[in-house]
Amino acid sequence: MSIQSPELEAAAPAVVTEDPRRSVWHALRRDWAAVACLAYIGLVVLMAVFAPLIVKLSGWDPYQFDQSAINPDLGGVPLGSWGGISADHWLGVEPGSGRDIFARIVYGARSSMLIALGATALTTVLGVVFGLVAGYFGGRTDMVVSRVMEFLMAFPALIFMIAVLSALPADDRQYLLVLVISVFGWPYLARIVRAQTMSLKEREFVEAARASGASRTRLVFTEILPNLRSTILVMVTLAVPGYIGTEAGLSFLGVGLVPPTPSWGQMIASSVSWYSVVPTFFLVPGAFLALLVLAFMVLGDRVRAAVDPGGRA
Amino acid sequence: MSLLSVRDLTVRFGSSAPPVVDGIGFSVPAGGALGIVGESGSGKSMTSLAIMGLLPPGASRTGTVFFDGQELTALSERKMREVRGNRIAMVFQDPLSSLNPYYTVGTQIAEAYRSHRSGVGRRAARQVAIEAMERVHIKEAGRRVDDYPHQFSGGMRQRVMIAMALSTEPELIIADEPTTALDVTVQAQILDLLAEVRRDTGAALILITHDLAVVSEVADNVVVMRHGNVVETGSTEQIFSDPREAYTQALLDAVPRIDDEIASLRSLGGDL
Repeated sequence: MSIQSPELEAAAPAVVTEDPRRSVWHALRRDWAAVACLAYIGLVVLMAVFAPLIVKLSGWDPYQFDQSAINPDLGGVPLGSWGGISADHWLGVEPGSGRDIFARIVYGARSSMLIALGATALTTVLGVVFGLVAGYFGGRTDMVVSRVMEFLMAFPALIFMIAVLSALPADDRQYLLVLVISVFGWPYLARIVRAQTMSLKEREFVEAARASGASRTRLVFTEILPNLRSTILVMVTLAVPGYIGTEAGLSFLGVGLVPPTPSWGQMIASSVSWYSVVPTFFLVPGAFLALLVLAFMVLGDRVRAAVDPGGRA
Repeated sequence: MSLLSVRDLTVRFGSSAPPVVDGIGFSVPAGGALGIVGESGSGKSMTSLAIMGLLPPGASRTGTVFFDGQELTALSERKMREVRGNRIAMVFQDPLSSLNPYYTVGTQIAEAYRSHRSGVGRRAARQVAIEAMERVHIKEAGRRVDDYPHQFSGGMRQRVMIAMALSTEPELIIADEPTTALDVTVQAQILDLLAEVRRDTGAALILITHDLAVVSEVADNVVVMRHGNVVETGSTEQIFSDPREAYTQALLDAVPRIDDEIASLRSLGGDL
């Protein structure tokens, strides 16, 4: 600790002079992959936010049936090649009903993002709070929280979700989805926060803050929590794609969002019986979903790379 | 009337283990400077933590600590928090890790100050931080107040820690090995600073160290500790020129002197 070469000492201030809160952002801006991912995520978010406006522009409501775009004699196959892609229906129409795929993708983005972000927000709050409490107080508190986490992580979550979601009334499925995903999701963040808190609380600056009369709440939330910032940031960016996938998966299995509410996973599920006749019906939502998950994964990875070089402590 | 008086202080981990601090007592007059010296494991740091009520979990303390007529050992945790950092401040050994890397030094000094002065605004607290930094001779304090701990050298960080301790104008500063992690030239500057702070603010000082040279420069009185007991107490002059106990003499003999011919350094019969 005390041995420091003069060059290091001299170079240190020049290297890191910017606010650590802004340096992650700066590093990301110089990284083309991160910028591309952010751009795509931004596009989907805009789509989700302005869904009603965009749909007005494209001319079709996500719930509107267009009998003129399908051939009822052939069981509802869309008229025209490529699944009925035309100036009227930008991404084709749904076989059987003739609903506009573009409108359903736009509205599906809304439900995907809402559920994924809602679940992420809830798991982050739960994970951080329980992780901090277990790590800082230790002893019996830690024992209880840790056992609960182990129970939840060992639990066959998917089977439980399918069982619970199919047994409960389907009225407010989206809230129920967020709740169920969060209940099983928070331990993954909490155990990492717990481990880091345990090592941070032994650091001398926490001791020094305590000696200067800081209360326990202040120690936990203003001394320890900010130092967990990079961990939480990385975990959150990596959690979002997971929850998007989970929502799509549950909708695919028929226990997610209830039709006619559009959802990407549900669209993929209903495309299964049409895949050989109308492959675009599967490809469009599949591509949107795969790209979104990929974008979040790459972004998470880039954030970690930007945060990791570290050494600023 | 002494500012701090410690009577029969005992610290132990578990009920069956031998105590790490065994019924010690000493006192510090207002504005006085007491050095506590001893080898590692002699219980010096535990003594300071016991005074502050900051013992690690599993440790228990008996005995009494009177501070300015108030029995600290009888105070509630809430009342004790008002004393910590406000009336008794602490400076730790390792300035590299005793500042939170996430905040600017100014924020840390200002927040520590604000937590003891209700109703002080951020701007006023920032001004206090700048003044405290000027008082510990940090150049361009007005600019450096917005720097992060990693932008300071070890000696400068220890100055920041002392500035933080000073900001609330405490009556007693406990410095636990404040110079151990610093190199010798910086040590001298920090000791000068501590002496100057004491002179200017009239705060009493307890200096905990294993380094007798440090004590001889700063303290008026010395407590020599070993195995959790007080071996000898006396004025600095008396301890250094005429130690009564064999252990104190042995401790003094273990310090190499520049004007002596070196045969071999004497070591204490190590038992730790």
